[in-house]
Amino acid sequence: MKYQTQRVAYWYFLAAMGLFGIQVLGGLLAGWIYVSPNFLSEILPFNIIRMIHTNALIVWLLLGFFGAAYFMVPEESEREIYSVKLAYLQLIILVVGTLGAVGSYLVGIHGGREFLEQPLWVKFGILVAALIFLFNISMTVLAGKKTAITNVLLMGLWLLSLLWVFAFINPDNLSLDKMYWWFVVHLWVEATWELVMAAILAFLLLKLTGVDREVVEKWLYVIVATALFSGILGTGHHFYWIGLPGYWQWVGSIFSTFEVIPFFLMMSFAFIMVWKGKRNHPNKAALLWSLGSSTVAFFGAGVWGFLHTLHGVNFYSHGTQITAAHGHLSFYGAYVALNLAIFTYAFPLLRGRQPYNQVLNMVSFWLMTGGMAFMTFVLTFAGTIQTHMQRVVGDYYMDVQDSLSIFYIMRFGAGIAVVIGALLFIYSQLVIRNREIIEPGPAVTMPGE
Amino acid sequence: MAEFLTKSRARNIFYGGSIFFVVVFIILTAQSHKYVVEVSTAGMPLSEEVILGKHVWERHSCINCHTLHGEGAYFAPEVGNVMTRWGVQDDPEDAFDTLKGWMEAQPSGIEGRRQMPQFNLTDAEIRGLAEFFRWADQTDTQGWPPNDAG
Repeated sequence: MKYQTQRVAYWYFLAAMGLFGIQVLGGLLAGWIYVSPNFLSEILPFNIIRMIHTNALIVWLLLGFFGAAYFMVPEESEREIYSVKLAYLQLIILVVGTLGAVGSYLVGIHGGREFLEQPLWVKFGILVAALIFLFNISMTVLAGKKTAITNVLLMGLWLLSLLWVFAFINPDNLSLDKMYWWFVVHLWVEATWELVMAAILAFLLLKLTGVDREVVEKWLYVIVATALFSGILGTGHHFYWIGLPGYWQWVGSIFSTFEVIPFFLMMSFAFIMVWKGKRNHPNKAALLWSLGSSTVAFFGAGVWGFLHTLHGVNFYSHGTQITAAHGHLSFYGAYVALNLAIFTYAFPLLRGRQPYNQVLNMVSFWLMTGGMAFMTFVLTFAGTIQTHMQRVVGDYYMDVQDSLSIFYIMRFGAGIAVVIGALLFIYSQLVIRNREIIEPGPAVTMPGE
Repeated sequence: MAEFLTKSRARNIFYGGSIFFVVVFIILTAQSHKYVVEVSTAGMPLSEEVILGKHVWERHSCINCHTLHGEGAYFAPEVGNVMTRWGVQDDPEDAFDTLKGWMEAQPSGIEGRRQMPQFNLTDAEIRGLAEFFRWADQTDTQGWPPNDAG
């Protein structure tokens, strides 16, 4: 930790990990209800649990992004954060708002636009917190050194905060409601969040591999260019069947096909930087998460996204478990794993330690990644069968669901692996053990036998 | 990466291209907004009842189990075409009666069956919800879903 104020990030990451725990436990509960539908049905219905699952995810990812910005910007700008007090105030608003939202969901107070169910006061809280953040971080950057990483990071965070305005715009006309809703949802995860992701990934690779900054930053601009060139008009792939003009089928199909490119580039970027890098950084777990994130993002967001993005395919697969499969792997790869990468990198530095518990951390990577991959496969199988039976043959929804129960049981099993992995990750960050479970061998540059 | 692509060129392409695509997107959005209001949803007036129904739909967070035009959770059936599926799309009274019967029978309590909560809706709210579903059903969704199963 080169700058004292980077310490702010520690508390953001802690809060994020707390919500991460809530998120995966909520997911496990929801997965169990698929297996045993009467469970909790009178006390805590599925819709409430799902809101907690998705909302906790979104907020903890944002907390991670904010924390990452507070961690990265001082090093990039070579100066302390403009105001530490504002940074903590922002965190308090976000935590109070989140707990308030969860509490009000439990007593049945919520909105009904998916992912934007927060009560109005929480939405305003998020807006205020975002404005505080933008002011604080922009003042820091403006007074210091400007790099491509801070440029892209700030642009992503500014744009995603501006798009939050659409969370307040809810037309009575359902089709318009849906169109503007996607301005938040799609333009967050398939445009502005990609900017944040690429900036954090570039920062991590710069630190972990020691590749020349010029090279890293050129890659960064190319990646974010392809992200926005494809992602903005790629919004069209959500506009096929909600009452919008037919031309979106072509605009959406063509541009969302290109959405694979930024994810392919991020994966290539990560591996090429490691290949070219001269530094043998001691934090192997952070490197694993960085490579893992870009790879799983390519499959989850890129490949699984393309799987059902062409309008001829989407006509049948829209709104089935195929979407759930894609949603899980893409969020995990692109945003969960990337956040865990920056946590893994930053935590030892924030606590003034050498990298610790790396073996446990890497075990948690494989548990979570394996679990999410398995979950994605079984949901893809379930979705394929559902698409055929319901959309092609025309069997009724509940009859089809009953025949998919084996996949939901397997999905629950995968969920257990993910939850164990997540709890292990949190443990490996919080509890410092003196020795690694497996001691590393000596570094030798000669090839083996 | 090739030498002609310097960092500053990459940056300029990023900014310039992004602005171009934002402008195109805004133009298409404006045209789509007009299309929704004047064409695709114009078959039925956006009445007070429809708006009330949308609020009922939102207040109870129905989207976190059901899908509507294919969007939402995937835990319960599609409702964008439920009125067609029930055969009551063209008859508001039938739509109301059928939905009322359905809503009041929940939760079914059947073991091993997904449960829908009892929302204790008033008749006015149920009527609004029925009108909201009929309104959604008449929207021109480019032929989606492929069949009545939704």
